[in-house]
Amino acid sequence: MKPRTVDKIATGVIVFFALLIVGILLSLLGYILMRGLSHLSLDFLFSAPQKIRAGGGVGPQLFNSIYLLLLTLLITVPLGLGAGIYMAEYARPGRITGFIRLIVEVLSSFPSIVVGLFGLLLIVNYFNLGFSLVSGALALTVFNLPLMVRITEQAFRTVPKQQKEAGFALGLSKWKIVTSVLFPVALPTIITGTILSAGRVFGEAAALMFTAGMSSPRLNFHNWNPLSPTSPLNPFRPAETLAVHIWKINSEGLAPDAAQIAAGASAVLVITILVFNLAARFFGRYIYRKLTASKRMN
Amino acid sequence: MRGKLKQSRFEKHHIEDFIGRSYMSFCVLLLVVIIISMVYFVASKGVSTFISGDVTVSQFLFGTKWSPEAETPSFGAFPFIAGSFLVTFLAALIASPLSICAALFMTEIVPGWGKKLLQPVIELLSGIPSVVYGFIGLSVIVPFLRNTFPGQGIGVAAGALVLSVMILPTITSVAADALSSLPQNLKESSFALGATRWQTISRVIIPTTLPAIMTGVVLGMARAFGEALAVQMVIGNAPFIPRSLFESASTLTSVITLGMGNTTMGSAHNNALWSMALVLMLMTFVFIFLVRLLERRNKI
Repeated sequence: MKPRTVDKIATGVIVFFALLIVGILLSLLGYILMRGLSHLSLDFLFSAPQKIRAGGGVGPQLFNSIYLLLLTLLITVPLGLGAGIYMAEYARPGRITGFIRLIVEVLSSFPSIVVGLFGLLLIVNYFNLGFSLVSGALALTVFNLPLMVRITEQAFRTVPKQQKEAGFALGLSKWKIVTSVLFPVALPTIITGTILSAGRVFGEAAALMFTAGMSSPRLNFHNWNPLSPTSPLNPFRPAETLAVHIWKINSEGLAPDAAQIAAGASAVLVITILVFNLAARFFGRYIYRKLTASKRMN
Repeated sequence: MRGKLKQSRFEKHHIEDFIGRSYMSFCVLLLVVIIISMVYFVASKGVSTFISGDVTVSQFLFGTKWSPEAETPSFGAFPFIAGSFLVTFLAALIASPLSICAALFMTEIVPGWGKKLLQPVIELLSGIPSVVYGFIGLSVIVPFLRNTFPGQGIGVAAGALVLSVMILPTITSVAADALSSLPQNLKESSFALGATRWQTISRVIIPTTLPAIMTGVVLGMARAFGEALAVQMVIGNAPFIPRSLFESASTLTSVITLGMGNTTMGSAHNNALWSMALVLMLMTFVFIFLVRLLERRNKI
């Protein structure tokens, strides 16, 4: 065969496979939305699930997912920022830095179920926090922290060197340079990354099954005292999230409309992640414009 | 003079500097503490099977009979280890060619809009939660396999297909990074010699970036090996070594997922599950070792 013909065939194959991936994604999204949207209603989003009868909703699960996400971000963002800035600005190349880099790599590639089991052993049993939102948030911290470190480090590394040097030339201390010169420039990237990582936390289930638990107590949405056991804000109560709920009704659901509930809940999950994706893009651009008075972004 | 110097050491910006530095060191230290305690706790729980029980390491790793609740229980985890490796390799086999084509499409064929088209697709695919993949596998792939092939539909093939979509983004993004960081002059000199695009891709671009592409494949395999819920939903969870692709099987993760909630802490059954978690953790180290090895080759 002529090389030119081979080239044409190979190009065709490559284009075909690339478009196949686009097709896979579109059909995935289409399938989830088609099956799920018909089941979505305000009642489904806000009512409590039913065990055996049809017509249950995902209200508490949705609330738990959002609350857990907020708790997790509250812990991981400051810690991730600290460690990430250290890695980008303070760590000198050498053995110890290499070791820390290895740790971040190992931590981010641990299977989430192993993270969940570790949480079960240390947080749930040893620290005696039980199946609770706090345990779940701490397990998700293990899961999310390496991501935050990477995001922060990369964001700081992309800041042009001249900005830092200009700061030094003005006689600023290192801390001042980090907080008032580098941080504002890195912030849009950090926010984009954080929102994307939030999407991952929102859909995570395996790490939560053994830490936040697989049940949700009866919640009273008029009781906002964080110490009461029926209050949705109480961080020491068990909490089943949306993703765990999808897994549970698929493997052991007894309600006759379990498949529809799974479809509806999956649609909610995927729509939320789409929203996170769009928000990440939008916020990143918006904040960059606000902070730097320029329209260009990377 | 001396007094002035001494005073300046405690000026506001020095204190700020010190606090900031301490805080950041604390954060890094926390990472170290987390990983050490993780390895310690999972390992100490994982080896208790071999210390207290009468199961030896080889019985656990190569025994083919899993009946933890029987009169004389036996804890052979080989069917699950085999299942894990089987679905992982199959998933990598399906996903790698697709991903490499996608990466070539983005960087070599139509670098402009190809990247604009595929980048968001890859990001979204990697963002879809694993339970949603499991749900789709259960409601689309399993019925499809049941109607087209012998068997129940649930099984190794369904697990491998679901996993292959899940690891597509990992391999694609690493491969695309590798391809786009290739020095331009390599390609240009190949074109100057009169080579076609495919000749350049197959004889110049792929061979030079192969270690980096393999890094992506290994990272994808690591993800597939540790994935729990999506696989558990579609693989069938039978404790046997599968004899065909359409037979039900189990993976390490699926057995842990199902068993951990139903066994009491400290029982032999429970300990065996922790030993599987230890195997999972050790495999993570193996995958990272492979990645590092490939990265070293990549630099030369």
